[in-house]
Amino acid sequence: MAYHATLATARSRAVVAESRHLLLTVAPGALWIIVFLVLPSLYLMSVAFMTNGPYGLPEMPLSLTSFQQLAGQGFLGWSPGNLMTLGRSLWQTVLSTVLVVLVAYPIAYYISQSDQRWRPIMLLAVVVPSWTNQVIRTFGWMNLLAPGTPLAELAEAMGMIAPNMGLYPSNFAVTLGLVYNFLPFMVLPLYAAFEKLNLSLVEAAQDLYASPLKAFWHAVFPQTLPGLLAGVVLVAIPAFGMYVIPELLGGGKGMMLGNLVANQFAGSANWPLGAAGAILMLIATFIGLYAMRRIGKRLGGGEEVVI
Amino acid sequence: MSAVDGKDAGTPEQHTTRKPAGARAPGGTHASESVSEHVGESFDDNAGENLGDTVNESVGESQGANADQPALPRRAASSIQLKGLHKRFGNEVAALDGVDLSIQPGEFFTLLGPSGCGKTTLLRILAGLEALDEGQVVIGGRDVTEVPPHQRSVNTVFQSYALFPHLSVRDNLAFGLKMRAVASREREVRVAEMAEFIKLGSLIDRRVDQLSGGQRQRIALARALVCEPDVLLLDEPLSALDAGLRSQIQIELLRLQKRLGMTFVFVTHDQQEAMVMSDRIAVLDSGSLQQVGSPREIYERPANAFVARFMGHANLFDVTARDDSRSDAIRLTTPLGVLTAQAPGTGSLLLLRPETLDLRRRPASEFERHDVLENHLPGRVQERLYRGSHAEYRVEVAGVSVQVVVNNRGGQLPEVGDQVDVVVAAQDLITLGE
Repeated sequence: MAYHATLATARSRAVVAESRHLLLTVAPGALWIIVFLVLPSLYLMSVAFMTNGPYGLPEMPLSLTSFQQLAGQGFLGWSPGNLMTLGRSLWQTVLSTVLVVLVAYPIAYYISQSDQRWRPIMLLAVVVPSWTNQVIRTFGWMNLLAPGTPLAELAEAMGMIAPNMGLYPSNFAVTLGLVYNFLPFMVLPLYAAFEKLNLSLVEAAQDLYASPLKAFWHAVFPQTLPGLLAGVVLVAIPAFGMYVIPELLGGGKGMMLGNLVANQFAGSANWPLGAAGAILMLIATFIGLYAMRRIGKRLGGGEEVVI
Repeated sequence: MSAVDGKDAGTPEQHTTRKPAGARAPGGTHASESVSEHVGESFDDNAGENLGDTVNESVGESQGANADQPALPRRAASSIQLKGLHKRFGNEVAALDGVDLSIQPGEFFTLLGPSGCGKTTLLRILAGLEALDEGQVVIGGRDVTEVPPHQRSVNTVFQSYALFPHLSVRDNLAFGLKMRAVASREREVRVAEMAEFIKLGSLIDRRVDQLSGGQRQRIALARALVCEPDVLLLDEPLSALDAGLRSQIQIELLRLQKRLGMTFVFVTHDQQEAMVMSDRIAVLDSGSLQQVGSPREIYERPANAFVARFMGHANLFDVTARDDSRSDAIRLTTPLGVLTAQAPGTGSLLLLRPETLDLRRRPASEFERHDVLENHLPGRVQERLYRGSHAEYRVEVAGVSVQVVVNNRGGQLPEVGDQVDVVVAAQDLITLGE
């Protein structure tokens, strides 16, 4: 009895010591997250349920006005503007993610099949542009797409734009900017997937009568799926909330949800509406992640392939 | 060119009507010949006489080997002709350097050699996974040299098994049939049949990563067999299994092949495995054939020193002089002494198989008699490894170490340090080239 009691005491003492040690290690990080993420997020959420004051600052009483405004209800009656911005954001996200995948897939494959010596250099070439500030790179695109540039003149000659109009501001320019900006985030995880590609599975598929196309679909694609889904998460979520690119390349008709939210905190001075927009973005993102997970599970044969 | 062939005619109808034996007889150029007696041939049949006679080998179509209870419908086995195969990877030495080979329908044929000898390359060329620099591949009378892998009626059991990890056992088995557009109902029937045949019925809905090595091995085999290929290729399929399971699956695989009568081409570096399983063995080294023959021929009459060493023979001695003056025997001078042989061949190396040698103990007083008795080599036991059924000896004869295996018949086994005679029969002495 006494022995067991002693043992139990010793054990619980060890547990206490261990958890104290654990707490000390985790505390700084936890504190950081609580102070700079959890509390501000809670504050932001609460702001969404307040009333907009005369100077754009949130005031009591609590109300759902900001959500009504987000849905398009203004003092001039209902307008579809905000919902169209949401729709545009979703569309731009899907379109640019698909395009990024289409561009990144062959690049990643090509790099993975290249000579061992060249691979780091090629990867570097993909990544290096993202070391420059995003704003500066976007200004670069403005110069490339402005009226009178070869690209704009080409588009003009093909009758795609009116004379003396640049290729920006436009939704096309935003898509282009998004694809360009997020390419490295897709190439890198895909490259990682391609690099550990089990070629014997591809050979097995060929041996079992799969044509090259079918061998790709049944033996290559499933192996790259984890990388692909990781890339989609890395691209789609930031693209959905993108601010700089639509701001600079999109103009009034290219606005995305990020710009809408930012405007409420700056120019339009309606913090509750901005907070409601932020909540909408969070919800949309979570739905997207959940859908990805389901898709990944299905394609991956029941195994977790993402997050 | 055969009238009906598997892969390029991938319609469901063609798979539902299973072809009768002989339906795929090649058009006229080759004589049809039954080779069912091929299996279980004795050493005296001397299959090795076909060596070198590769090009004009008859392309026989037969039902293959006799089987007791065929669980799956038998189809015509296919022959394989390989002519002048050359393959080089980059600037390295040739992986295959002029290989000519003819494999009979229904034969269990083994490619044996050390790693890097080109045996796997040869198998991959048969599968179509590797392109040839030069040469011709004919399977079942059809020239498939330029045919891509997915259009060859050949399936492979890969060394790593290469099962699709994202698919269930059932979907793995059905893969080949699905790619061939076999109707889903027939697919199900054939997969279920195969699962039962190979005794993995209960595993059918598992994911492959939940299975043991032996189970995966079976699934890899079943996945290839369910497609009923003309030829089954096996790339060291047992190398990842532990010894016990390995010998069990060796026997299963052998019985399976006899029951199906399918042509198997098997790659291994294990000479024991090759001898147990094969109808014929081709020994490869540095991309060229060293010898082709039955296991007994390869083991008992190796063509050269490489084959002999690879088959585990250690007793190879230089022949320094030979005396043909006697009409009934040839006297060979070796480092061990002078030996009398009956028909040793004309090689410069003497091969003494340890199990053909015998040890006789004798008292030291008789030790001077050794020049009287023919083929009695006086020596001293250096080492004895007792193995129960037999004992392995290392005996020093004239300063040279000789391996001897003595069966344990219950009599006396000489001890370390004993003076013994190593006795060899004149007819067991053979010589080989370098």
